[in-house]
Formats: sequence, structure tokens, C-alpha cells
Amino acid sequence: MTETARLPEVEVSLTVNGERVTRRIEPRMTLVDFLRLELELTGSHVGCEHGVCGACTVRVDDEIVRGCLMFAVQADGTNVVTIEGLADGGSEDDLLEAFRERNAVQCGFCTPGMVMTASDLLARYPSASRDEIREFLSGNYCRCTGYQAIVDAIEKVSQSRAGGGR
Amino acid sequence: MKPAPFEYVKPSSVDDALTVLTEGADDTQPIAGGQSLTATLNMRLSAPVRLVDLNGLEELRGITDAGGVVRIGALTRYRDLEQSDLVADHLPLIKKTLPLIAHPAIRNRGTLGGSIAFADPAAEMPACVTALNGAIEITGLNGVRKVAAGDFFKGLYETDLQSGELITAIELPKAAPGSRFAIQEFARRHGDYAMAGLVAAAQVDGATVSDIALVFFAMGGTPVAASSAAAKIAGKAIDADAIASAQAALDDDLDPFDDTQCSAAMKKHLARVLTDRVLTELAGG
Ligand SMILES: Cc1cc2nc3c(=O)[nH]c(=O)nc-3n(C[C@H](O)[C@H](O)[C@H](O)COP(=O)(O)OP(=O)(O)OC[C@H]3O[C@@H](n4cnc5c(N)ncnc54)[C@H](O)[C@@H]3O)c2cc1C
Ligand code: FES
Ligand code: FES
Repeated sequence: MTETARLPEVEVSLTVNGERVTRRIEPRMTLVDFLRLELELTGSHVGCEHGVCGACTVRVDDEIVRGCLMFAVQADGTNVVTIEGLADGGSEDDLLEAFRERNAVQCGFCTPGMVMTASDLLARYPSASRDEIREFLSGNYCRCTGYQAIVDAIEKVSQSRAGGGR
Repeated sequence: MKPAPFEYVKPSSVDDALTVLTEGADDTQPIAGGQSLTATLNMRLSAPVRLVDLNGLEELRGITDAGGVVRIGALTRYRDLEQSDLVADHLPLIKKTLPLIAHPAIRNRGTLGGSIAFADPAAEMPACVTALNGAIEITGLNGVRKVAAGDFFKGLYETDLQSGELITAIELPKAAPGSRFAIQEFARRHGDYAMAGLVAAAQVDGATVSDIALVFFAMGGTPVAASSAAAKIAGKAIDADAIASAQAALDDDLDPFDDTQCSAAMKKHLARVLTDRVLTELAGG
């Protein structure tokens, strides 16, 4: 087998948290590595790198995806929102506060992915039951196993948003 | 781990994609949703020289009413199927099955064509397409051919797809009046690949069952049609005796092997439990 020569880099141009960015990268760079290494947005975490843990969850064109199962080159032309953008946006302050209040953050490794997923859940199914919340979060691992507190926090936000109590 | 370097091309027509795939032969691999392939690249279980991204091929997307069948473009994502009225109206089995596949973030990118091409023995869609007697449309530079699902899955991760070909669509017959469908599986965590699973499709007239297909997944290298067990139910009403005789016939149909999730003995046990649950679900409408 011959060693693969260094392959040409490709240019990608996308919007990340509202800002247009352009970089030259190797096609093999995953979206989450691009965000962390090229843009220094280290809020998205890298756990398993095969889609199982959910720590790398980001939003691409309004849909949550695994940042480790998409190459940055495939995100050319898209609109990406990371946990940094979500937190700065202000619209999810109640969700972040509920996580803090309910102690749904322990070591914090899973938290960015949990919050990205929870935010998508609340937008798509505003009145989800506890079982539905659990099902929606089934693809996100919390190795500190604080699932109960995480479900509590999301349920509380869902109820207070429904009651207009934002 | 990180993937080995590769070249990336994103063609904008199926013809261009087929040309690149044919010229590149085994060094070149298509990527659809990437929800199986990217993981194998990250783990360096495979290291193609060139990736052909199918996501620019709009002609491979979409769900259309084609008379007796629903035609689903290979690049149609699980998310699109979940939101489709055609699927809700005519493909109740697919509708029922989607929530069992992985998790929302994965269903946002994973495609039906990718699942059929990958042919994971524990995946739901290959079993559903087999139970429904669906057809796989395959396109190469030499033209288009259609293969019945029952002939498409050849062995463990092995299909009828040849190098240089793409799956372009999947055709599934619309549910007929009086047809019923059921699916049950055991998975360690909601959305994980199954340890064992069973799909059933049948006509039920009054209480009498006809045209029944029982197709297991995670029970061998391919979807496994349990024809001996199905024969015990055909022409009968589903009751405790019928279920027991179907369970007793499973030994003739199934020869599972151990996998990382579950031993063969455990799979055989689960197959009996699944048979009971699926037939009970069918009987209940
Ligand atoms: C955590 C996790 C859990 C999962 N759980 C499940 C589950 O419970 N059940 C389940 O069924 N799946 C599960 N999956 C897999 C998921 O369903 C994949 O989306 C699917 O198996 C592959 O579809 P894809 O579009 O992502 O294909 P890709 O990953 O892009 O491709 C898969 C293979 O098919 C080939 N290919 C893709 N499209 C075509 C085409 N049109 N023509 C020819 N070849 C093609 C590729 O070259 C590759 O070899 C899971 C995945 C993850 C990460
Ligand atoms: S790092 Fe992407 S799912 Fe674990
Ligand atoms: S808080 Fe530690 S992994 Fe979830």
C-alpha cells in the first residue's frame, strides 16, 4: 500500500452563530472538529466520534445533527448554530437557568449536547410528556447519570413556557 | 480517531456520480446521510481514496405516489418519511417503525437508501422492505434494474449492489384494505440497534389471517423470513394455539449467530417472545 499523498484542501464557507466564516480545510475534518479547532468554539464536545453519545450535537439549517457524523465540507453554505450561539441568543435563557437551578449539570461534558437537543425538543414538541422527553434525549449520554434532573429541568421549562411564564 | 485523508467530490447529477463511481471502482465510495459511513471512517474501518457525496442529487430525493406503490427516492431521509402524508396514509408499517430507528439527530440525516445499501442485519428498514415485498431500483452506467427486496440482501453486509451502481429508489406497495402490520424489537436503549426484532405484514379478514409475512432482523446475516412459522398462522385466527404452533416452528426458520449485543441462544429465546407479541399486536388490529 502506498502512503496517500497530502490531498488538496478545499474551501468552505458557512454561517456560524450568525457570522460568515471561510476556511481552507482537509475534506476529512468533521464539522465538530472544524468548530473546535478552526473556530475555537469549544462548547461542542467530542466524546465517542461515532454518533452514540450526542456530546457533539449542533444545529445545521435548523435541524440538530451529530457534529462528528458530518464533514465540515458538507456544511458548506449552511447556517450552523452551536451552544455558544444558542446561549448568546438569549431565547433559551430559561432552559439554561432551569438546568442550573435543578442541578442538571454535573461535570458538564454532556451539557452542550443535552441543551441543543432539549431546545430542539421544546421547539418541535412544546408539550412533550416525561416519557417523550426521555425518548427524545435517548441519543444523549450523561456519564454522570443525572438524567432525572435533566428531564425535570426540561419539563419545567415546557410547563412554564406553556403557562406563558417565561 | 480521525478518518484517513480522502478526496471529496459532490456531483450534481446521477450520471456524473455514476461516472466517478465507475472510474474510481473500489477506491471510491458514495456517502448519503453519513450516519453509518462516517462512523466507520472515523474508526478507520474503511479508508476510501475518494468520497462521492450524493447530497447534491436532488433527483434522488422525494416521496411520490406511483399508483399501486409509493416511490421513495434513495436520498430521502428518515425525517422526511416521518413528515410525509403519503407515508402516513399508505405505509403504516414504515410510519410505525421510524421512531425505533436511532435518535432524532440521526434521523435528520440518515437516508432510506443508505440503510438498504448498508444492510446492517440489525436494521429495521431492510426487514420492513422485505416484509412489504418492496423493490430496490438500482442504477448504473448501463441502465436501471429493479430487484425484489427478497433477492437483494445476500449475506452479512452483502447485497446485490455492484461496484459503480447506486440505489436510486425504493418502491413499496401501498397497504391494501384489511392489511395489518406489526413491529416489535428488543434494544438495550431506545433507538439502539436491536438485539432481536420482528416485522409482520398480513391480510386479516374477519379474524382469519392470510398472506402473512414474518421477517426477523438481528437474527442472522440478512432479514430472515420465518416461512414455517408464518405457515402455521395462515388461514387461521390468531389465538393461543396458533401462536404456540408458530413459536414451535421457529427452530426450522432461525439459525442466529452471536453478535456483540446478544448470544444466539438469547436471540432464539427473544424470537419466541417477539412472535407472541407481534401476533398479538396483529390480532388487535
Ligand atoms: C448511534 C446510532 C444509532 C443507530 N441506530 C440505528 C437503528 O436502531 N436502526 C437502524 O436501522 N439504523 C441505525 N443507525 C444507522 C442509521 O440508520 C444510518 O442512517 C443508516 O444505516 C445509513 O444511512 P445513511 O444515509 O446515513 O448512509 P451512509 O452512512 O451515508 O452510507 C452507508 C453505506 O451505504 C452506501 N450508500 C449510501 N447510499 C447509497 C446509495 N444510494 N446507493 C448505493 N450505496 C449507498 C455508502 O457507500 C455506505 O457504504 C444508527 C446510527 C447511529 C450513529
Ligand atoms: S462525539 Fe458525536 S455522538 Fe459522540
Ligand atoms: S453532567 Fe457529566 S456527563 Fe452529564
